[in-house]
Amino acid sequence: MNALNRDVASALINAAYLLTAFLFIMGLKRMSAPSTARGGILWAGIGMVLATVVTFLAPWGLGIESPELTTNVVLTVVAIAAGGGVAAYTGRRVAMTDMPQMIALYNGMGGGAAAAIAAVELYSDEPRGLMVGSLAVLGGLIGAVSFSGSAIAFGKLQGLIKKSFRFGGQKWLNLAILVAALLLGSGIATGTNAGMVWVTGFFVAALVLGVTMTLPIGGADMPVVISLYNALTGLAVAFEGFVLNNAAMIIAGTVVGSAGTLLTQLMAKAMNRSLGNVLFAGFGESAAAGTTTVTGSQKPIEASDAGVMMAFAQKVIVVPGYGLAVAQAQHKVWELAQLLADHGVTVKFAIHPVAGRMPGHMNVLLAEAGVPYDLISDLDEINAEFETCDVALIIGANDVVNPVARNDKSSPIYGMPILNADKSKNVIVIKRGQGQGFSGIENALFYLDNTRMLYGDAQAALNQLIQAVKTVG
Amino acid sequence: MIDGIIALYIFMLAAFTGYEVIARVPVILHTPLMSGSNFVHGIVLVGAMVALFRATTPLERVIGTLGVALAAGNAVGGYVVTERMLEMFKKSGGKKS
Repeated sequence: MNALNRDVASALINAAYLLTAFLFIMGLKRMSAPSTARGGILWAGIGMVLATVVTFLAPWGLGIESPELTTNVVLTVVAIAAGGGVAAYTGRRVAMTDMPQMIALYNGMGGGAAAAIAAVELYSDEPRGLMVGSLAVLGGLIGAVSFSGSAIAFGKLQGLIKKSFRFGGQKWLNLAILVAALLLGSGIATGTNAGMVWVTGFFVAALVLGVTMTLPIGGADMPVVISLYNALTGLAVAFEGFVLNNAAMIIAGTVVGSAGTLLTQLMAKAMNRSLGNVLFAGFGESAAAGTTTVTGSQKPIEASDAGVMMAFAQKVIVVPGYGLAVAQAQHKVWELAQLLADHGVTVKFAIHPVAGRMPGHMNVLLAEAGVPYDLISDLDEINAEFETCDVALIIGANDVVNPVARNDKSSPIYGMPILNADKSKNVIVIKRGQGQGFSGIENALFYLDNTRMLYGDAQAALNQLIQAVKTVG
Repeated sequence: MIDGIIALYIFMLAAFTGYEVIARVPVILHTPLMSGSNFVHGIVLVGAMVALFRATTPLERVIGTLGVALAAGNAVGGYVVTERMLEMFKKSGGKKS
């Protein structure tokens, strides 16, 4: 390992990291528009492969002289193959409906990796500067919280953890654990008095904090939490990038940290929840249930009549909710839409930001069924169109079309942006029964004069509708 | 290589970049984009690799190996699911974009 080799290797690594940073940013940029999105992930993927390959030059570039360097390199290759192999296998098999928890899982792994880097740094008894030590501690704390928190989020969405554990003073317990972790962290930051016990205690506290922070949060709020942990992992990666003097990690981590924070805010806003609310109050605690009494009755309709109504309509807007995905009826709804289009009906899909399990999830599910993205509109684009629409078909959606959010100040969902389905000439609601949405609020839409209820499982009801439209010929 | 204040500049500019890149994203792409940004922080893999290369004690080696495996899972898993989701987005008229 002579000096020239070291310079060449170091220059190669730096050039490759610069190119990787460029590819990541361009990739994310392309991913933010539907027509270029697919190319975007490819750009970012090329950047990742490049950075990984060139990092194998690091022993020369950084002049690492560990006595067992060969063993370490072999371990690296084995670990990449094992971790990557398992992830590739699970990633290919996961159903689109389960995507949110899978993202949580992979995100947690990234947080765990950042914490592992911090652990290697902090367990070594070499003295380090206060700056480097503090950043290692902070990155380790955030990474560990993201790791265990994401694992809990995965467990909740996967249905492994069904209860929300809440008790009085939970906030204070979390605060106490955070303070303990920070105290231990400040003790080990400089590396002078860092015993194994302190470092281990620090990481245990951080991992416990992730669990106790996430357990009380309800399943409906989980997407916001996953998005938050995504941003936090980015930040942890950036901090560990400072520790390792690695520009690629600093840039990529920071970009994800800020983009993820913005994305989290957008999601929270779409759900009419503030981030503080999500983290510190369970849903429903402040909601003293609807004070409004809804008058009128729910009027049922037969599938055959509903089918005829739609076949002779000019314009139909479909509003799918998570109930559609639960019933795995995405393909059926697209079949119905195509059939209606053959009858000369204009069919559009209106997606509320929180339809599905996280913003944009329903778009993915419809895309899986083959619905082109230019037929799908979000709330701002489509809301004016309901007034000119003959039939609004609501499938498995509830709170997102509840007009009380617009006009009843006492309602807990007041102020949440909704789809104005009540303004269309006719409304058909496919619903399993007469129950309420997850917020437990009566839906005034169901009682309107122009609303008809089609009771049944989404899949079965859509089948009947398809038959009914077919008989119209 | 990167000295204190320069690092802060990088941090600041990267933060603005991340914010601007996402600022105009339509809701339809929120889930894939979150997954995509999840993939991007898989770059933690290169840091985990360096940490493992440097490891000298058995404990460091175990933690380092675990870190590399987790990071590889983040990167590969993030890529696979993002690609799967984006692959399905197409315009009417058939042709995939």
